[in-house]
Amino acid sequence: MQIYLPIAEVSVNAFLLLGLGGLVGVLSGMFGVGGGFLMTPLLFFIGIPPAVAVATQGTQIVASSLSGVLAHLRRKTVDLRMGTVLLIGGLFGAALGVVVFNYLKAMGQVDLLVKLCYVLFLGVVGALMFFESLRAIRRSRRTGGVPLRRKHTWVHSLPFKMKFRVSGLYISVIPPLLVGVLVGILAAIMGVGGGFIMVPAMIYLLGMPTKVVVGTSLFQIIFVSAFTTMLHATTNFTVDIALAVLLLIGGVIGAQIGTRIGVKMKAEQLRIWLAIMVLVVSGKLAIDLLVMPSELFSIGESGHS
Amino acid sequence: MIRLFALMIVLALPAKAEEVVLGLSQNAVAITATFDGSDILLFGAVKRESPIDLASDLEVIITIAGPSLPVTMRRKDRRLGIWINTDVVEVDAAPSFYAVATTAPLQDILGDVEDLRYKISIPRAIRSVGAPMNVADAEKFTEALIRIRSGNDLYQVREGVVDFEESTLFSAAFRLPASLTEGDYLARIYLTRNGIVVDDYEAIIPVEKVGLERWLYNLAHEQPLLYGLMSLAIAIAAGWGASAIFTALRR
Repeated sequence: MQIYLPIAEVSVNAFLLLGLGGLVGVLSGMFGVGGGFLMTPLLFFIGIPPAVAVATQGTQIVASSLSGVLAHLRRKTVDLRMGTVLLIGGLFGAALGVVVFNYLKAMGQVDLLVKLCYVLFLGVVGALMFFESLRAIRRSRRTGGVPLRRKHTWVHSLPFKMKFRVSGLYISVIPPLLVGVLVGILAAIMGVGGGFIMVPAMIYLLGMPTKVVVGTSLFQIIFVSAFTTMLHATTNFTVDIALAVLLLIGGVIGAQIGTRIGVKMKAEQLRIWLAIMVLVVSGKLAIDLLVMPSELFSIGESGHS
Repeated sequence: MIRLFALMIVLALPAKAEEVVLGLSQNAVAITATFDGSDILLFGAVKRESPIDLASDLEVIITIAGPSLPVTMRRKDRRLGIWINTDVVEVDAAPSFYAVATTAPLQDILGDVEDLRYKISIPRAIRSVGAPMNVADAEKFTEALIRIRSGNDLYQVREGVVDFEESTLFSAAFRLPASLTEGDYLARIYLTRNGIVVDDYEAIIPVEKVGLERWLYNLAHEQPLLYGLMSLAIAIAAGWGASAIFTALRR
């Protein structure tokens, strides 16, 4: 069944969108990630304009993170104070990201920016995750595993210290603000929640306990994504609700299936597969940038009133 | 005085020997939620007072043109090992859709001067005046525009597909693809003899989003704040609803 997307102004198969949503949903349920970083490139591949794909992802992320945040709030595993600091940084970052996005869109370089961001961040995060989980697998084979020790780093010597009771931290607000800004920029440019950057940053950089990390990052993501969606909707008019709803329905069902598969697999195995998947996506995008395209010309946006 | 003037006009305009009468299978195209392109049949007849002139062949050219809009064409080049957009050429106006159907190869039935005057062939239908000084091969950008849009069925040249019976009744079917731009589409019919246009006729086919599509599009552009909030609300409700249905099904 073909469906005409009112904002993207393309006609696509509704079942293809449901299927894509479902596929990414299965993966995100299995690995416990948002899946935005997979969905956006897949939307490029099926011919959705990049600006629409990125902007529409925001609604997606808000909707799929909401149930997670509520569950974490009930379990009291959200550090609201830390979340708010990250959120303030995130809102600044998102606004900055949308300005950069719109500027480069006018220059015709937005595809390049989005793709470069993907290659860079997915490549680095994927490689780190891959070696981390390789080491973890080797460690768990040898002994029962060595717990990480928290170190006293430069993070602890910055001014403007603040007490974060839920996380049991007394640190400067500057690092969490900066992490928030970075994640906000990525959310606006890449159409992702940014959990894949924020979670490692919270654990390794800020030294937050693992049990509050996911809830707190989801708390930040939901508001930053909502804000990003509003910015894209009001400046670019590129949020396509029909696209969002179709992807979402597929995604929710897929996630339920994925969670069930994920429970049956070992954590280290899951991590290494996730790392491989991230590397494959970034590799595919890198090849697209490096190999001479079959069509050198492209038709720009200005004919699209 | 006025009568004399009117008489002069009447005398100056020779009565056309052959005239087009046109019909359309549909008067408008509605883009609905399940829009998947549209087929349009144009049909008509040649009205004439005198017997058919057999000295030369009468030929029919039918074009359908979408709204003409400026287009930004970009070309990729290799910089620091990666392919990025570098050169830009603004094409002043290019129809968003353009189809030409004829009774015979276009170059045999239409002279260059007439093509220039009526802007019938695709390259003539595109208006590109000034190219920036730093781009030496600006015509390549127009060629690329035609190539890309032809690949998407937005530009079609279909020579010999117009069905022409007894030099009187003609018909041609057009396929409009799903990726149509809204606006007034102009259907034009030309009758030619020896490469010269002897009569032409125009009809407008409005292409519009309707119903939900229209409403969402207008809301997104006129009330973006409201649309954004509504999108978030709908997305949250859809996400919640889908997971509720899924858990209900599992029980």
